[in-house]
Amino acid sequence: MIKSEAVITILDKIGDKIIAEKDYLTELDRPIGDNDHGINMAKGFTEVKKKLPAMAEQDLGTIFKTTGMTLVSTVGGSSGPLYGTAFMKMGMALTAKKEMSFLEFLTALKAGIDGVGQRGRSTVEEATMLDAMVPAYEAMEASFAEKQDAKAALEAGAAAALAGAEHTKDLVATKGRASYVGERGIGHQDPGATSFTFMMQTAAENF
Amino acid sequence: MKKIINSVEQVENEMILGMAKAYPQYVKKLDGQNVVVRSHKKEGKVALISGGGSGHEPAHGGYVGEGMLDAAVAGAVFTSPSPEPILEGIKAIATDKGVLMIVKNYTGDVMNFEMAGEMAEMEGIQVKQVVVNDDVAVKDSLYTVGRRGVAGTVLVHKIAGAKAETGASLDEVQAVAQKVIDNVRTMGMAITPCTVPAAGQPGFELSDEEMEVGIGIHGEPGTHREALRPADEIVDMLMEKILADIDYSGGEVAVLINGAGATPLMELFIINNHVADILAEKGIKVYKTFVGNYMTSIEMAGFSISLLRLDDELKELLDAKADTPAFKA
Repeated sequence: MIKSEAVITILDKIGDKIIAEKDYLTELDRPIGDNDHGINMAKGFTEVKKKLPAMAEQDLGTIFKTTGMTLVSTVGGSSGPLYGTAFMKMGMALTAKKEMSFLEFLTALKAGIDGVGQRGRSTVEEATMLDAMVPAYEAMEASFAEKQDAKAALEAGAAAALAGAEHTKDLVATKGRASYVGERGIGHQDPGATSFTFMMQTAAENF
Repeated sequence: MKKIINSVEQVENEMILGMAKAYPQYVKKLDGQNVVVRSHKKEGKVALISGGGSGHEPAHGGYVGEGMLDAAVAGAVFTSPSPEPILEGIKAIATDKGVLMIVKNYTGDVMNFEMAGEMAEMEGIQVKQVVVNDDVAVKDSLYTVGRRGVAGTVLVHKIAGAKAETGASLDEVQAVAQKVIDNVRTMGMAITPCTVPAAGQPGFELSDEEMEVGIGIHGEPGTHREALRPADEIVDMLMEKILADIDYSGGEVAVLINGAGATPLMELFIINNHVADILAEKGIKVYKTFVGNYMTSIEMAGFSISLLRLDDELKELLDAKADTPAFKA
């Protein structure tokens, strides 16, 4: 079972990773966006990191919801509402729970990913964060069904997220700021898909 | 670019404080938030909230008051507000008849208002929304999927606001707001760009001889750029696109000639002169005309034309009393 302290540790490390990759994420956002994904996400996770220690005794629902609310009020742009929704929906699926099984985590993650799709009115193959999120979820579901090994599933998820993020280079964005550049977006990796990949990789490494 | 401000970070806060001090009989600033609310809350009617990025003044804070909005949320200039101030605005104005959010169609605004609406519903407040997308120039542009919400939004505020004052239900107010959206079309252009205070330089470049046709209210690209033409030819271009979008023939319209901020009234009247002639020539009756700065883009020089197709219900609500800092009827 995955407990609150473990989740807090991983969220803290995710924060470190996003902050460390701030310039890379911002640079990805320059040709196809407004050049601030990394800056905004780093700002958001800096605030999240500040709140995590105080939540050590809280339930998983509160931890994820607070993370989501912090991100939506500090990140701005579209990533704020999208990641905010993802974490908040995860939190709503885990209300009052102090620990979760890996399957419960997957169910909550699915709720978060569905929330992103609804909020952004988007789906896969549109060069968005969903192109990393959905393959990651599917890979984890399949891996866990086969091996019952959470770590292996997270690693499979991270690999699928990376592949999905790289795949966005082949896609023409139809959503978000990048959609304006149309065909010129081909060859550019989506920043949101990339930041999600970093989250998955961090979770897999630290589980 | 010279601006008369104190600091970039305080622009929105000081603007709202200044507005509240200028018009205390109409509005006040919500504590701790860049939100403008009515000085005296009105119970027993649907409450209306709108807003978005600052930089479009008098939209939207100038429309808070009797017959129009109950609250307006001011994000940073040209930046969507996050859900928190919107939620606080909703909570401050909510009555037992519910709240209608009037949202301009920009990705950030739609997402943030929607989230705030969901959070408000979780707290037991009934919230509905309409999304304004009156711009006929382009579809799927820089910040928007679908068409953008521009100056026609002011007519939504006026008509939905009037409906709310009659004590109508949330469904009825939402329906009439949607009716305005379904019947109003707008298109604009610009001859000089605007500068967001935080950016320090114009968002785009236009040479001395050029104009951007179909420009958005944040300076987003329009249909094309070409050499500046005489006013009547520009009006011909915009009117052609507006009139082609829905069927105005044989009907009555309200006309809104909106200045982008730096365009003088002199030019707006020259523009209306030709707009009125075109409508007369086409047998479209003008019921009412509004000329002025209703939804600006800081100091952009340019304008937009909005035509609202009217029926008896819309005419009555358009004529109904409104008393706000920027709009009186």
